[in-house]
Amino acid sequence: MVKPKEVTRVQELVYELKIGDVMTKRVVTVTPDTTMAEFKEVLRVNRISGTPVVEEGRLVGIISLEDLIKALLAGHIEVPVRDRMSREVFTVRAHESVVEAVKVFSQKGVGRLPVVDEHGNLVGIITQGDITHGLLKAIELDYHAEEISRYRASHIFEDIVSDRTSLLLRYKVSARDFTRGGEAASNIKRALTRLGGNPQTVRRVAIATYEAEMNIIIHTDHGGEIVAEIQPEQVRILAVDHGPGIADIEQAMQPGFSTAPEWIREMGFGAGVGLNNIQKCADEMHLESTLGVGTRLQIVVYLQPGESGLMEGDDEASRSCC
Amino acid sequence: MMKLREVVAELGLEVAVAADALDREISGGYASDLLSCVMARARAGNVWVTLQSHPNIVAVASLLNLSGIIVTEGVSLDPATIEKADEENIPLLTTPLTTFTVVGKLAALGIQGVD
Repeated sequence: MVKPKEVTRVQELVYELKIGDVMTKRVVTVTPDTTMAEFKEVLRVNRISGTPVVEEGRLVGIISLEDLIKALLAGHIEVPVRDRMSREVFTVRAHESVVEAVKVFSQKGVGRLPVVDEHGNLVGIITQGDITHGLLKAIELDYHAEEISRYRASHIFEDIVSDRTSLLLRYKVSARDFTRGGEAASNIKRALTRLGGNPQTVRRVAIATYEAEMNIIIHTDHGGEIVAEIQPEQVRILAVDHGPGIADIEQAMQPGFSTAPEWIREMGFGAGVGLNNIQKCADEMHLESTLGVGTRLQIVVYLQPGESGLMEGDDEASRSCC
Repeated sequence: MMKLREVVAELGLEVAVAADALDREISGGYASDLLSCVMARARAGNVWVTLQSHPNIVAVASLLNLSGIIVTEGVSLDPATIEKADEENIPLLTTPLTTFTVVGKLAALGIQGVD
């Protein structure tokens, strides 16, 4: 039933990013003949905590701050690095995925890994800090890409010229189709978010639409339709059905008044607060109903300038026409 | 703020769905079995405690951007609910404990109601 877990962006990135992308290319090295005292200065001046040990271009060992501390404690500060370095050096290749370095770090408990090319020449060094930094940078790039696509969505209407542009979204809602309950609300929420609506406004539209949608699912004989009209300064949600209609609207608006049968209440619906929720979220609410004919509910939520991604009309006339 | 992952561990909850969204911070808690009440009162990032188990709880959680749903009293989840929660990446947690006990434990962990 449950699909394979979605991999997170970070998990993807540790496979996508190459070690060569995140490693430090300028590598500070010492030779086996460098003394531990000189090594201490190398660390201090470069503000690093270890270096590869290179002899005639060949990687022969690696030495760290930990080795230095041990040497200091033993009073071996004037001995050459060759006496204190680790000769067993784990390396990674520049063209490998970052995940290979992650594996070595977790398995070997080392703090840094020299990076070598296909000929075994030292081309860089990678620490866990480099990986974190590289991942953060890549995620930041993703974030900018997302921002740009959001910007594009919200400016899609800029080139479309009319005296008044609006976006119309229509959804069919079937009676008793509880498994699809909230789909229209969810899609309208997504569209508004994409257009740049602020979260509070989007939330109000989503709640009001959800309640209207559930009313059609729960109470109607043949379902109905939800239409969202996104205009420059407001969102208008129209929920229309063809019966059975509401006998007494004033009574239906009373909190807690419900006509829902027991089996619907058992699912947690029909608490009699749906219409009140709509009223609380809406800036305007118009409910008309005729028994045996149907119900027409109009909900208006005002938008702040820029929230719809639609251009405002240039003159008063175009704004007041609706 | 506490993460859902910590709540799962502290209360011994079973993770039915969306184990990879457990690192969200919990902004507070809400408990009710009436969906319209949840719509009206629960806030984004809240953990919701209920004994409802049909697919619409996922729709509500998704619309409100809740951090997760704890289904109590060992209610068995509708397969459609699990599928929908998986699609929406809404953490769905279950427990044999009653709603009262779960809320008490959440409160003891410092998770506050929306009032």
